Amino acid sequence: MIEAPPLEHPLVNGFTNAQTELPKGSYEPSACERTGTNPVIVESLAGKRIAITGATGFLGTALTERLLRCVPDCELVLMVRPGRRGAAARVQREVLRNDAFDRLRKQFADQTSGESFDEMTARRVTAIAGDVSVDGLGADSEAVAKLAGCDVVIHSAATVNFDSALDDAVEVNLLGPSRLCKLLDEAGSNCHLIAVSTCYVAGSRRGAAKEELVDDSPFFTDVDWRDEVASARQARRDAEQSSRSPERLADLSVQARRELGAAGIPAISEKVESLRRRWVNEQLTKAGRARAASLGFPDAYAFTKALGERALTETRGGIAMSIVRPSIIESALSEPFPGWIRGFRMAEPVIAAYARGLLKEFPGVPEGIIDVIPVDLVVATVLAVAARGPGTLSISGHSSPDSPPADSPIKDPPPTDPPSADSGPEDSRPEVVQIASGAVNPLKYGQLFDLVSGWFTEHPVYDEHNQPISVPRWSFPGRGRVARQLQRAQRSLEAADRVLSALPLRGRQALVSASLEERRQQLERANDYVNLYGAYAECEAIYQLDRLKELWSSLNEADQAAFCFDPAVIDWNHYVQQIHLPSMVQQARLKMVPTSSPNRISRSGRLRSQVLSPQRHLAVFDLENTLIASNVVASYAWLATRELDDVDRLRFVTRTLSEAPRLLALDRRDRSDFLRYFYRRFEGAKKHQIEADCTEMLSDLLLRKSFPQGIRRVREHRRAGHTTLLITGALDFVIEPLRPLFDEIISARMGCRDGAYDGRLTQVPPTGEARYQILVDFAQQHDLDLRESVAYADSTSDLPMLEAVGFPVAVNPETKLATLARRRGWLIEHWSTSTGAPSKLLPLAPRNRSGVRRLAGVSR
Amino acid sequence: MAAERRKAPRPGLVLDVDRATPPILFHHGEGFRLERLPAGRSRIIYPAEPLAGLRDPAASIREALLNPLDSDPLPALLRPGMKLTIAFDDVSLPLPPMRRPDIRQRVIEEVLDMAAAAGVDDVHLIAALALHRRMTDDELRHALGDRIFDAFAPQGALYNHDAEDPDGMVELGCTKHDELVTMNRRAAESDLLVYVNINLVSMDGGWKSTATGLADYRSLRHHHNVHTMQNSRSFMDRPNSELHNSNWRQGEIIKASGPRIFQIETTVNNNTFGYDGAMSVLQKREWEWSARDRGTYLAMQTGLKAMPASARRSVFNRWLAPYEMTSVQAGAVEPVHESTTANVLAQHLVAVQGQTDVLTMGLPYICPYNVNSVMNPILVMCLGLGYFFNLYRGKPLVRAGGVVIMSHPTRREFHPVHHPSYIDFFEQVLADTTDPAELEAKYEAQFAEEEWYIHLYRNSYAYHGVHPFYMWYWGAHALQYLGRVIVVGGDPAAVRRMGFQPASTLSDALEMASDVVGPAPTITHIHNPPILMADVE
Repeated sequence: MIEAPPLEHPLVNGFTNAQTELPKGSYEPSACERTGTNPVIVESLAGKRIAITGATGFLGTALTERLLRCVPDCELVLMVRPGRRGAAARVQREVLRNDAFDRLRKQFADQTSGESFDEMTARRVTAIAGDVSVDGLGADSEAVAKLAGCDVVIHSAATVNFDSALDDAVEVNLLGPSRLCKLLDEAGSNCHLIAVSTCYVAGSRRGAAKEELVDDSPFFTDVDWRDEVASARQARRDAEQSSRSPERLADLSVQARRELGAAGIPAISEKVESLRRRWVNEQLTKAGRARAASLGFPDAYAFTKALGERALTETRGGIAMSIVRPSIIESALSEPFPGWIRGFRMAEPVIAAYARGLLKEFPGVPEGIIDVIPVDLVVATVLAVAARGPGTLSISGHSSPDSPPADSPIKDPPPTDPPSADSGPEDSRPEVVQIASGAVNPLKYGQLFDLVSGWFTEHPVYDEHNQPISVPRWSFPGRGRVARQLQRAQRSLEAADRVLSALPLRGRQALVSASLEERRQQLERANDYVNLYGAYAECEAIYQLDRLKELWSSLNEADQAAFCFDPAVIDWNHYVQQIHLPSMVQQARLKMVPTSSPNRISRSGRLRSQVLSPQRHLAVFDLENTLIASNVVASYAWLATRELDDVDRLRFVTRTLSEAPRLLALDRRDRSDFLRYFYRRFEGAKKHQIEADCTEMLSDLLLRKSFPQGIRRVREHRRAGHTTLLITGALDFVIEPLRPLFDEIISARMGCRDGAYDGRLTQVPPTGEARYQILVDFAQQHDLDLRESVAYADSTSDLPMLEAVGFPVAVNPETKLATLARRRGWLIEHWSTSTGAPSKLLPLAPRNRSGVRRLAGVSR
Repeated sequence: MAAERRKAPRPGLVLDVDRATPPILFHHGEGFRLERLPAGRSRIIYPAEPLAGLRDPAASIREALLNPLDSDPLPALLRPGMKLTIAFDDVSLPLPPMRRPDIRQRVIEEVLDMAAAAGVDDVHLIAALALHRRMTDDELRHALGDRIFDAFAPQGALYNHDAEDPDGMVELGCTKHDELVTMNRRAAESDLLVYVNINLVSMDGGWKSTATGLADYRSLRHHHNVHTMQNSRSFMDRPNSELHNSNWRQGEIIKASGPRIFQIETTVNNNTFGYDGAMSVLQKREWEWSARDRGTYLAMQTGLKAMPASARRSVFNRWLAPYEMTSVQAGAVEPVHESTTANVLAQHLVAVQGQTDVLTMGLPYICPYNVNSVMNPILVMCLGLGYFFNLYRGKPLVRAGGVVIMSHPTRREFHPVHHPSYIDFFEQVLADTTDPAELEAKYEAQFAEEEWYIHLYRNSYAYHGVHPFYMWYWGAHALQYLGRVIVVGGDPAAVRRMGFQPASTLSDALEMASDVVGPAPTITHIHNPPILMADVE
């Protein structure tokens, strides 16, 4: 095993004593450069046109900012994917409004005269549309001309998603650089192309990884990148094909049903399709990971980047170029401000999961080096390379003072010519500059853990009960063991989840189950992190920095001060605890303070006030278990027993109870069929008698079973001027006494002949997706905007209706809806019946002994 | 012994607590507490023992109908072809409901006999419930007896007053204070309106029977409001009650432009819990408890504690008081009521010397508005600060700025059918303010006019939407007058919502009270029910 190099590695001295330790024949800065007050970098980039791809990314934004701020005379061409808004708008919104520019904006705001920030950017920044994942970049001739007219092109566009699909990674990371290069070459550009790659192209291995092209490395297993491209594309086609097989579709539809319940056919089919797309992507992610692992790369990102370098060197034509390889880029050390970061990057999700107490273990060796480099150091390196120009560094990857470890297999290095001024790019190999910390100022994995764990012990994250979460200690087991642990936890949660979702839970109990589901997903994610990043944590390569060192020593003091990329300047304790973590917890929105102050309006409170805002148009309600804890069977039983004597009552109860399982099963299968079947029982019921009994039933059954908060909510909506609508599968005469509560009621209607009901429904009962259609029609007829409407329901069978409105509310949701509602941030209400009335075991009517039928006002 | 007592009932009593005083029984909702009061500075006011009932109630009723005060005898007022309406007090009287036959049944049967004899066949019976909930068929049957119910209800001639029936109300005019007077149309358009009352406390009866019982919100709002209640000292003492002054002014209008009224008022004695049986212990003075009484009490406590709340409630709701009628008077409203009031006070009045710093009360399971229902927190407030606090003549029992300590579980429970507007009042209005004047101005109209509450009042068995406000107004004077209100053994959240302080024991409550009234305050316990009224000098 190769130990990490000790701190007194010569390279450390190489940086600190740059001037004395310069290797012979290296670039000698002129006297002017060495003593002048202006940094050489600024001078040499002044007046240049510089293009940046991937400007909306982390590194791209940082480069843009640094150039605009520190190189006042350069012009920028930013190539971004046009999106829906167009390239210029995207640059405005997604680049220039980033907080990275706060410092520059302030400088402009502070100066009393001269142009404003916006005027400056309008003058210096040009946005062009282009997408590196398609041939020709999809750029028009004007854009190509602008790009080709640049002196420097920095290619930082990449898909850094560590779990992106193989073919996506291939298109962007592998083909992207050579597509760009080809375009520039064809347009006859004289630019210097700087391709940003990654140190990890060296693959998962131990020992020194030099600043050499991948195919120069003795450890590189050469494959034809063209074959990889073709097979990645084929993999996509295969996965698409296999996702459409009947077995797969059947599986997916079972899964969709499990997730949504009886949400109706359109909702289920939509879900199936989204599950299918997810499944295809998962297959391709898996394929990418497997292919990368087979060639000795930690993941598809490193793999495609490595082949991307190969493709680029092979196809670059006449374009002069350099490759800059950073290790793991993290938040800024000092520029534009300490801790600046964009997006949730590689280490952050892992750290956040750890701070939340989720990652009880993580793979890796505590003595191993975690190679992290602040973004501003990478920016400075790129700019130094750009200023210096292509092929000007003397050290070649093969003449490094460090020889490969003696016990490693060595290939004979291919002969190379030393770079000379007149040798064209075609016959010289592009130079590679690595910017990493491991070789000169290593951060040990164990040290990082101690720093993170110490910081979170002092600044704990708070859980939903406002209890500080204490962070676990890691024992650094192997990756396999961690993964197994996580999988075990995940499996037991899945089992619990299955049991819970099979139980008829509602309201708060259902939320327990929903939170289990959430926990399960968190674990799933943690498991992903272990799979994805575990390989990085176990990677023990030391990235050599000879060219970087040479580059550093070529700078004068002013340059070194203004564009520092010396990894030795990082004080890891300070960086991790004072800079990175405070910035990261903010970025990740971790709950760092308990939120129990009485004045704070809860999230539900906020949602509730949105729901009741006068701007809403319509409030639509489901009835059963949303406003009343009762159902059609209960109201039938009540009405049926109203005139029965005790013996008949008993008989009725026995019969109904014996039928219950069958009825329940039918209801679960199809609500409309169930209602049609069940309502046949009303055949022959006398209309006038039912009417009178229903008025009594309001008091004896409906109100007792009602949720007072729900009834109040309906009236609050009315008071706020909203139209209130009840859509229910209950029969019209049953809910007639509730009519004064709503503006409109849409319910099942039963035919009537000769003063008696015929037991047949006159239309399709309003359930499931029929409800959705009714709602849409109603809104259209009454000129109401569904986006400004509120819907209340309790089960996933109402999902189409809930999804149709802008403000869905889940009332006492059953497990599946609770899970969905939580995930989507819907308002969840827990309404309960009032406990003041004696509870009835069975919904039977008190026997009508009065012989009196009275409705209000009838008596006079 | 008991039989002797019945012959010579002892009057009410003020007992000074000394070291020998046994623990005192506090009603505590559907249960009881035994509490020791500090010796040397506490006193207990006991109600008078039940006065003797009338020997022959039927004969006394007939006698009253035939020899009315300031009126022709009832038979002289009856003639064939006339419209006769008999209005009667609703389920809120008496408390608890009495054993059969109910006084209303006895009186109305006599009236109906006379009407039948006179050949009157257009007779309606109306439960004069104002804005209370409708009486159920079972409750009507209990109050009037099977004979009357079966004869009138199926024909639709026995029913509940409906103050929200758009066609069912008439306006009779306005008082000189600009108070609108409305009345049930059938009653107002009758040739004779017979009102049958049960005068449980001195607040009941008189013009309040018709001016309130048969009126609607537009009329009631003139006396059921914060101003009147804060200016009644107390509303149990008619001459000093702004509530009654307003009712009496409305009575003038009824006299002038309403139907002819024949008022029949009755009084009952204090025999709330019986002379024997388990409940009779509640009617005895603690130091006189026999070994058997103690045993009964212990058994009762153990049994109640073992029961779930709903079972406990149904046990208490099944209790029917063996009240006996002590007087009946009929004729013109005013002289009848004078006589009735004298009879009520004869049973209730207890002379008390001076006020106290701290008034303690044990609130029972029932108040006028939760018969066959549940006592919700708002009714707890109304019973304690409305009824019990106001059971005085002269000055309040407790000094201005003093403390009232009430004992009641005060659970956050509401009857969904009977008290729907109470739920919203508690959750919505009290969450905003507990100040009577503020909530009256801000919310009363909204609740009174809410379509849904009106629908439930008319078609279900719900108190009117505005009713919880009246409950709060009932305690408005106490709220204004007291320094602090403490509830012992109540649900802390519910108690705090009402602006009161929760305490788990009486000694905690007394300690909390001393923050307001100073150390070693004087304490008075009002040992009610059976009912007493303090005559404070």
